[in-house]
Amino acid sequence: MGATTTAPPAGALPPPPAPAPTPQPGRRGRGRARLARLDSTASPYLYIAPFFLLFIVTGLFPLVYTGWVALHDWDQIMGKGEFVGMENYVDVLTGRGFWKALANTVSIFVLSSVPQIMAALLIAALLDRNLRARTFWRMGVLLPYVVAPVAVALIFNNLFADRFGLINLLLETVGLDPVRWHSDRLASHVAIATMVNFRWTGYNALILLAAMQAIPRDLYEQAAIDGANAWRQFWSVTVPMLRPTIVFVVITSTIGGLQIFDEPKMYDSFGRGGADQQWQTLTIYLYELGWTRADFGMASAVAVLLFGIIVVFGVVNFLLTRRIAHDDGGRR
Amino acid sequence: MRRPGWIVYGLLAAVVLGSMFPLLWSVVVASHDSTVLARDRFPVVPGGNFFRNAATVLDTVPFWRATLNSVIVSTTVSASVVFFSTLAGYAFAKLRFRGSGPLLVFVIATMAVPTQLGVVPLYQVMARLGWTGELTAVIVPGLVTAFGVFWMTQYLAQAVPSELIEAARVDGASMFRTFWHVGIPAARPAASMLFLFTFVATWTNFFWPFIVLGPRNPTLPVALQQLQAAHFVDYSLVLAGAVLATIPLLVLFVLAGRQLVSGIMQGAVKQ
Repeated sequence: MGATTTAPPAGALPPPPAPAPTPQPGRRGRGRARLARLDSTASPYLYIAPFFLLFIVTGLFPLVYTGWVALHDWDQIMGKGEFVGMENYVDVLTGRGFWKALANTVSIFVLSSVPQIMAALLIAALLDRNLRARTFWRMGVLLPYVVAPVAVALIFNNLFADRFGLINLLLETVGLDPVRWHSDRLASHVAIATMVNFRWTGYNALILLAAMQAIPRDLYEQAAIDGANAWRQFWSVTVPMLRPTIVFVVITSTIGGLQIFDEPKMYDSFGRGGADQQWQTLTIYLYELGWTRADFGMASAVAVLLFGIIVVFGVVNFLLTRRIAHDDGGRR
Repeated sequence: MRRPGWIVYGLLAAVVLGSMFPLLWSVVVASHDSTVLARDRFPVVPGGNFFRNAATVLDTVPFWRATLNSVIVSTTVSASVVFFSTLAGYAFAKLRFRGSGPLLVFVIATMAVPTQLGVVPLYQVMARLGWTGELTAVIVPGLVTAFGVFWMTQYLAQAVPSELIEAARVDGASMFRTFWHVGIPAARPAASMLFLFTFVATWTNFFWPFIVLGPRNPTLPVALQQLQAAHFVDYSLVLAGAVLATIPLLVLFVLAGRQLVSGIMQGAVKQ
């Protein structure tokens, strides 16, 4: 870091309170200069070392090692067994559990991410108006964020209860049939997606709001002069300008959404994703293989596959969101 | 800019009511006995049974222990994330060293890596160390986050004038002394936000603590899971637990909700 030690302090700053120590001649001075040089070359690495060491040991290494475990017969208690090559993957991919869990995961993900982003955009547009008491409204939409997913799940379990649940009561009041939220597959996905949406919509609305406020106001004025109403302005100015932020929100919700565990795990007291695995997600399946059946090899294979799925979804989502937001904004 | 009409306020009020309703509802249910839903269908007013339900919750699961554990884990993890992130962020933002560019790219790339999928080997490591069932098993993997480093790097790049660092160095301050007296004070606003978000994320975290801690030494979400496994159909009881477990973060929200809002708007992301 020689540059900062040799450069003079900027003239704008007040003069340093004490004069810089003049280098002492002789051996002690040279030693001290060498120490100072060592200090400035080694310090940056020392400062970033804790992050890298801890991340590699507790994050990266386990992730990479998962691929190695997946190639073995590996019992939770007995430990490593024979090398079996791709056998765990074959077992996982030919079993029914994986595909069902994958379908459930994707279904819950779609039901939570698409409406959530729509609602978040709408809420952000409302918050972007020149409101009175704006901090109140912003805090109001953020409130669910501080409720733990586990607690959210407990509360919504009750709201979505098949018997005596509030949602079913309301459905009956308006003359509809009650829904079997805990046995019907799609209905259970809707209920679980509702929990996710409850917790994250306001949070994402604030992210989008921040991006909206960065849009130059004269773009709206220009659109208004061109005769665009509020709705048209929203789609032809706001959404295209928000493109990078929407992509960001979609990607982060993909990474989190495909690993969903808490809400479906807590959707009944057995925690296995339903009597017929109606809402068993991939992480619940992973947990069940690894900790109920003690088969670490197969659990690791599921982890590796889920990792790949997340990467594929992330890339596809990135391309798709970019495309959609782009088309609405006209060609650039 | 013109003030919006009542429709905007009406829609926003509906959204905010929707945010609050599940919490209010859980208080109402938690303050009755479990037969109320079957009897009244739609109890509107809180009943007088909350403390009895709360007492049963405390008898069923180690609730105080779980609360203490959550406080210990969340505080330790947040303090550590803030310290190490500030340290690394300062180096990336303000110090020049060989390899800093690629290393920062590495940090940013790891933000998108679902490290949670390494649970199997991580569990083996913890079992080998004899840490399963111990809080250290939850604390140690949380000590650093890539997001924290990225967040502090971005903030410190514009918050600390390089001239100040140079001046301190010319005065003969060591690198660490410079960091301590120039970097840390400048980092404070971003550091306090990072603390808040890490605290909420750690407090509400369930997957890994559930796997590694077990029933005797749980954090709050793990204790709630036990409560549900024991009393699923007794909604009053289960929701009393949910209410009790949510109170600490509601207090935090009242005290620091404003900072959470501005943190998100300045670019905090999900963890």
